[in-house]
Amino acid sequence: MELNVGGWFESLINWCLANLGWFFDGIAWLTTQIVGSVEFALIVLHPLVIIALLTATAAFMTRSIGITVFSAAAFLLILSMGLWLETMASLSIVLVSVAAALLIGVPLGIWAALSSAVSAVMRPVLDLMQAMPVFVYLIPAVFFFGVGQVPGIAATIVFAIPPAVRLTELGIRQMDSELLEAAQAFGAKKSLILRDVQLPLAFPSIMVGVNQVIMLALSMVVVAGLVGAGGLGGVVVQGVAQLDTARGFEGGLAVVILAVYLDRVTGGASSLPGVLRKSNRLRKERAAAKAITPQANPEPALAVH
Amino acid sequence: MNAMYLEAPTQDRKEDMNTAAPFIKAEHLTKIFYPPRARSLLSRKSSLQNGFKAVDDVSFEVKRGEIFVIMGLSGSGKSTIIRMLNRLIDATQGSIVIDGKDVGALDPAKLRAFRNETINMVFQHFGLFPHKSLLDNVAFGLKIRGVDRQTREAKATEALNLVGLGDRTHAMPDQLSGGMRQRVGLARALATDAEILLMDEPFSALDPLIRQDMQQLLIELQRNFKKTIVFVTHDLDEAMHLGDQIMVMKEGKQIQRGTALDLLESPADPYIEKFVAEVNRSKVLHAGMLAEPFTGADHEDGCRTGARPVTPTTDGAEPRVQHTTTTTVIADLLPVFAGGCDRIHVTNHQGLVLGQLTAKKVFAALSPKESVHGA
Repeated sequence: MELNVGGWFESLINWCLANLGWFFDGIAWLTTQIVGSVEFALIVLHPLVIIALLTATAAFMTRSIGITVFSAAAFLLILSMGLWLETMASLSIVLVSVAAALLIGVPLGIWAALSSAVSAVMRPVLDLMQAMPVFVYLIPAVFFFGVGQVPGIAATIVFAIPPAVRLTELGIRQMDSELLEAAQAFGAKKSLILRDVQLPLAFPSIMVGVNQVIMLALSMVVVAGLVGAGGLGGVVVQGVAQLDTARGFEGGLAVVILAVYLDRVTGGASSLPGVLRKSNRLRKERAAAKAITPQANPEPALAVH
Repeated sequence: MNAMYLEAPTQDRKEDMNTAAPFIKAEHLTKIFYPPRARSLLSRKSSLQNGFKAVDDVSFEVKRGEIFVIMGLSGSGKSTIIRMLNRLIDATQGSIVIDGKDVGALDPAKLRAFRNETINMVFQHFGLFPHKSLLDNVAFGLKIRGVDRQTREAKATEALNLVGLGDRTHAMPDQLSGGMRQRVGLARALATDAEILLMDEPFSALDPLIRQDMQQLLIELQRNFKKTIVFVTHDLDEAMHLGDQIMVMKEGKQIQRGTALDLLESPADPYIEKFVAEVNRSKVLHAGMLAEPFTGADHEDGCRTGARPVTPTTDGAEPRVQHTTTTTVIADLLPVFAGGCDRIHVTNHQGLVLGQLTAKKVFAALSPKESVHGA
C-alpha cells in the first residue's frame, strides 16, 4: 500500500492558500514594512557611522580589544569590497528573523519549562522543524508569500526557533531545586519566582540560545538567496550561477565576517550581567566604604567563638 | 521533667503560661511518594501499589521557643517531615496545626503569606540566590512582603550584623566560604521576623570546626530571639547539643522522642542504643539538663560542705558557692568535681540560681547504661 503523504501535505497547503490568503498577505506586508525600515535605517546613515556603532557595540558587549579591532577592520573590508548594501540587507533580514524567532521561541521555552505536558508535545515538533532540510521550507513559503525577502525570512524563522525554545527550557529546568524551594519557602508567587529567580539564572543559557538562533539565521541567508531574498545570499547565488569565483568568494567572506561578529558579540552578552553587576557592586562598596571610614568597622552584634 | 522546668527563665513567667500549649502540633503525618505515572507498558500493573512510604504515621508537638530536633540517617524521612510543615511537600495523610491554624487547609495565597510571615527555612546547601548580593538575598522575604526598598535594606543589614557579616552587604554569595554562606542563610530567615525556623541539615555541609561555630552562633541567637526551631540533622552529637527535644526517625517511623537525657538514659530500641554508645556524653549534656531543685536544707550550701572551690570566683574576695550556667557542658565542669567539690549551683543567664548539680547525678549520667535490649 502506498501512502500519498506528500499529496496530503500539498492539499493542506492549497487549502491554506485558498482560505487564508488574506492572512499571509497581511504578514507579508507587515514583514516587508519592518525589514524595509530596518534596512533603511542601516543604509541611510553613512557606512562609517554604522561601522563605528557596530564596533562600539562589540566593545561594550565583549570588553575585548581584539574583537573590537577585528570588527572595525572586517566591516571596513566589506565596505572596500563594495558589498556594503548587500551586507546591510542581509543583516536586516537576520535581525528581523532573529527578533521574531526569539519572540516566539523564548516564551514557548518558558512554557515548556513550567509544564511537562507542553514540553512533551513540543519536543517532536522541534525535532521536525530542526531536522527537515531547509530547502523544503522554501517551497510552501514561496507559495504563501511569493518571491523576495519575506519567504526567506519566514523559512529562517521556522528554522531558527528550536534552539531558542530548547535552551530557554534547559536554562530554567536545570536550576538547582533548592533555590526553587528557597524562593517558595519565603512565600514568593510563581510569577515573581520566574521573574526574579528563574529567568536571571537561566540568562546565560538563553543567551547561548540567542547565539544559536543567530547562527542558524545566518546560515539561512545564503539559502534564502535562492528565492530572491537578495543581500549576500543573492551575491553568492549569482556567483554560483555565473561561475564567478571572485564574486562568490567575496560574498562568502562577507557572510563569514557577519557570522563571526554576531557570534562574538552575543557570546559576550551571556556574561554581561555578571560584568555589569560587578562594576555596580564595586561602585556601591566604594560608596559604603566612604560612608563608614570615619568610624571603625561595625562590630558584629554577637561575637562568635 | 525537672530539667525542662529549670531551664525556663523565671522572669518569663507569663510566657511560660503560653508554652504549655503546643505551638506546632503534627498528628499522624504520612507521606507516600508515588513514582511518576508509568508510561511503560510493562510496569503498568504494579505502579499503583508501588508508592514509597517516606513518612509513616508520625505525631509530635513543639512548644513555643523550643528547639525541636529531628534526627535520623538519610532516607529516614526527616527532610520530608520538615517540608510538610511549610507544605513544600503536601502530606498524604495527617494534620499539622501551627498556632491554632490548620496548615493543610490554607489556600495558595494564605499559604504564601503564612510562609512569608510565620515560618522561614534554612537549607542544607544554603539556597542562596547566586545572582543577588548578600543584602538582596537577605531582603528577599521582605521584598516579597512588599516592604519598600529602604526599610528592607535597613532590616537586612541589621540581620547581617547579627551574624557578623554586616560589613559585606554588597558581596556576592560565591565570594564567601561555606560557613559564611550559611550565616547569610540564617540572616535571611531572621530578617523576616518569622516565629518559626525550619532548618534542614543546615550545618551538615560545613567543616567540623565551622560547624561548632555555627552551633554556638545559633545558641546565642536563640538566647536573644527565642524562635521556635525545627532542626533536622543526622548527627546525634549535634542533636543533643542543640535540642530541647529530639525525635529519632528510622525508615519513616518515629523511634523515640524525648530530651537528650531521655535518649541517653533509656534508649527505646537497639538502633538508638547503638547511636548513643558513640556519643561523648560529657560534651552533649548541659548543666541545665541534670540540675535538680533544692531539697530545702541544702540551699545556699554548695561546695563549702565538701571542699573549697577549686577556682576562686573572680567577683569577690570571699569564696562563694561554685556556680555555673545552664548551657555549660558537663565536660567543662569535670575539673571542678575532680577538685573535690560535690555540688555546683546552676544559674540562668541573668545569674539567678535555679537549682543544683550534684556529683552523684553527673557521674550517673556519664556512665553508660547497661544494655536494656541485649547487645
